[in-house]
Amino acid sequence: MHSFGYRANSLLTFAVTILAVMCAMASFSDNLNTPSPSSQVEVLSINWFQRQPNGNDEVSMTLNISANLQSMFTWNTKQVFVFLAAEYATPKNSLNQVSLWDGIIPSKEHAKFWIHTTNKYRFTDQVSHFWKLIFTTTSSNQCQIFDLVAIVGKQSPGKRIQLDIALACHAQDWKDVC
Amino acid sequence: MGLIGESMDSIKTLQIRSTLSQAATLGMIVASALMIWKGLICITGSSSPVVVVLSGSMEPGFKRGDILFLRMTKDPIRTGEIVVFNVDGKDIPIVHRVIEVHERQDNGEVDVLTKGDHNPKDDRFLYPYGQLWLQRHHIMGRAVGFLPYVGWVTIIMTEKPIVKYILIGVMALLFITSKE
Repeated sequence: MHSFGYRANSLLTFAVTILAVMCAMASFSDNLNTPSPSSQVEVLSINWFQRQPNGNDEVSMTLNISANLQSMFTWNTKQVFVFLAAEYATPKNSLNQVSLWDGIIPSKEHAKFWIHTTNKYRFTDQVSHFWKLIFTTTSSNQCQIFDLVAIVGKQSPGKRIQLDIALACHAQDWKDVC
Repeated sequence: MGLIGESMDSIKTLQIRSTLSQAATLGMIVASALMIWKGLICITGSSSPVVVVLSGSMEPGFKRGDILFLRMTKDPIRTGEIVVFNVDGKDIPIVHRVIEVHERQDNGEVDVLTKGDHNPKDDRFLYPYGQLWLQRHHIMGRAVGFLPYVGWVTIIMTEKPIVKYILIGVMALLFITSKE
């Protein structure tokens, strides 16, 4: 009853139980945090637009992405994986989501950022559709600003926060930059 | 002589009884472990509800040796989700993130492309030759929870099977010599 083995066993059980309770509390405390992330994406230019040998259209664009995701970090947050996806519909597919850029934010200090980049991954569709989306809009000699809003995924088991995402074309007169 | 014979008989029957009851207990433990495993498969909807992360391709999020809990629902697969899939013909579960989704208009089936966070390129080099996309039936589940480091036990036992044999041998020895 008072042997070393018995005492070690009960100590270990107690320790594991406490650990489990603490993990559960940490997970639960995540619900108390209401994140309010903000982000903005601008497509500065369409660099090129070509047809690949396999018949798919490919677009390359330069983007400005800025975001403030600091409110998403709690003490239970391990990392925030942020990615930019273009979401659109085509005649063949009711929904397409293509990831253009992603990054990992390991800590709160890095969560406020601004980056100027071309799309990290090639933006192609399964078949050649893009000329309908883009070609007709750029051919009118106006720079179109596509509002691509970031999807943000949170890296903690099972929890995701999603912002609205849209690929929208706004026809605007571009005054200076173009 | 008769007395010795009698006591020998009684000792033998005692030992047989205790051995049988030990075997029955062992059988109960194995059976209940199997029941729990099959029950988990039913509840989570995934054919493999717990997987071990085998490579460092999802660092820093998931490291080699982490255990992942999976769940498969009928919800549509969308970019950003972490999924576990098997390529045709291989039994190794791969844990990566979905980066492209194309959902067809007519039948609702999806073509999915995945990539490990730490990998520079997408997973097309992992898919069999000629296969460009994953379909829903390749995907075993989404990651909904994780435990760090616990998976190292499985990794060591798979990669160095001698450890497995030693462990089983020690357990069998302890079992036989225990007085209960």
